[in-house]
Amino acid sequence: MPDNAKMKAEKVDFFYGPRHALKGIDLDICENRVTAIIGPSGCGKSTFIRLLNRMNELIPNTILKGKISLDGRDIFDPSVDPVEIRRRVGMVFQKPNPFPKSIFENIAYGLKVNGVSSRKIIEERVVKSLQEAALWHEIKDRINDNALKLSGGQQQRLCIARCLAVEPEVILFDEPCASLDPVSTQKIEELILQLKKDYTIAIVTHNMQQAARVSDYTGFFLLGELIEFDRTQRIFTAPSDKRTEDYVTGRFG
Amino acid sequence: MKNGHITQKIGFSALFGCMLITMFFLGAIIYFTVVRGIGAISWGFLTQVPRSGMTEGGVAPAIVGTLYLTAGSILFALPLGLACAIYLCEYSPRGFFVNIIRMSINNLAGVPSVVFGLFGLAVFVKFMKFGISILSGSLTLGILVLPIIISATQEALMAVPHSLREASLALGASKWETIRKIVLPSALPGILTGVILSIGRVAGETAPILFTAATFYSRRYPDSVFSEVMALPYHIYALMTEGTHPEKQTAIAYGCALILMVLVLGVSAIAVYIRQRQRIQNA
Repeated sequence: MPDNAKMKAEKVDFFYGPRHALKGIDLDICENRVTAIIGPSGCGKSTFIRLLNRMNELIPNTILKGKISLDGRDIFDPSVDPVEIRRRVGMVFQKPNPFPKSIFENIAYGLKVNGVSSRKIIEERVVKSLQEAALWHEIKDRINDNALKLSGGQQQRLCIARCLAVEPEVILFDEPCASLDPVSTQKIEELILQLKKDYTIAIVTHNMQQAARVSDYTGFFLLGELIEFDRTQRIFTAPSDKRTEDYVTGRFG
Repeated sequence: MKNGHITQKIGFSALFGCMLITMFFLGAIIYFTVVRGIGAISWGFLTQVPRSGMTEGGVAPAIVGTLYLTAGSILFALPLGLACAIYLCEYSPRGFFVNIIRMSINNLAGVPSVVFGLFGLAVFVKFMKFGISILSGSLTLGILVLPIIISATQEALMAVPHSLREASLALGASKWETIRKIVLPSALPGILTGVILSIGRVAGETAPILFTAATFYSRRYPDSVFSEVMALPYHIYALMTEGTHPEKQTAIAYGCALILMVLVLGVSAIAVYIRQRQRIQNA
């Protein structure tokens, strides 16, 4: 592939206790590209994406084998601080999860925990991230309102803005539109296409049309295995594995 | 079909009857305390020290003593209980050892309060040589309410959605920052409710202060944490069982009971208000 790999998974196996959730995954997340991960429920796609910012280690009794690197450095190396990885690799979750604070405080939080203390810089970055997340013009008059008053779609864009504010290099989207209506979904998809100019993006989705619309590369997971990984166009027009073809044409899943 | 309907009606009536009986007792307690206590209440009763061998004057030292003991016990139990609950809920590895600790804390809540009193006497009064004092009484009462504070805090912490913790960690916050800035503020109303319930509990307890803090008759206000104090619940007990003028003392005892009840119910009302307000905010 001509694109530059920002993150690299090599021979990754992952276990929840005795359950073998991921089996020998090799996958590159390319810089300034959108990589989609598709597959039926329980195939391990969320598990995989949550390894990329070390979120899975919050779950007890899990075992990881293999290597995941960011800019060539193993993110699970004992010398690496998971907090540092999570700052560089941001995440937007399936269900919008704004903090029960004001819109402003939601975004300022990430900056504050990362040591930004100047009020002026915080204010600038809050506005900038809200603009980047295409939310600014909708909420600019009520930035001190509680974030929970926003609609589901707005909350999700707020979560994206919150993630952008800490200036990560990679953004992981874990089924970001699963609980949103079609109009909000469309806005998030447009946003993802905008964001790939500046960020490296990985998105887990149930929705194959969504993967086809937003991504450059697509990986198809089935029962913990990566069945096929290729340019999105190939996956959806000329997949090389029969199982991929069956899935993308809607024959199962 | 019709029979089922009748059975259901009888069932509802029985439940309603039980509810009425409960309400009757609650109402009766409040009614008798107010009716028999209100006569004793006056400005002087609330602000003066006792006179003439407990048969005249006010109960101000007992009110002040109860406030001191309550404040002291919460000051001791809140930080300790909070820290313990945070550790158990957020940091401790799940397993056999922690389960034992949790079970012990729950069992601590079931220990009769007079046992706490004896423990306080042995450890704080004698062994640590704090004497019969506000300090000994506060520590004893504090231990008594530790399980309440710990379990209320644990429940409040567990009620904070996991997704908020994940959101914070995913932004590069450390675990401690996440707990301090996201989890604790969200859990605060639940923790406050626990604290307020504890206040109600310690204000009314008699047995734990029997041997550790309380004195029947004091014409002075306590001047340090090593002073012994009067306290409302113990004062009621003493008025009814000691002294030489039972007829005068009984009236004073009901007056004390009324003050104590108003204090405790007032504090519970605050707890209900806070919970209610939180429910509205979350809706």
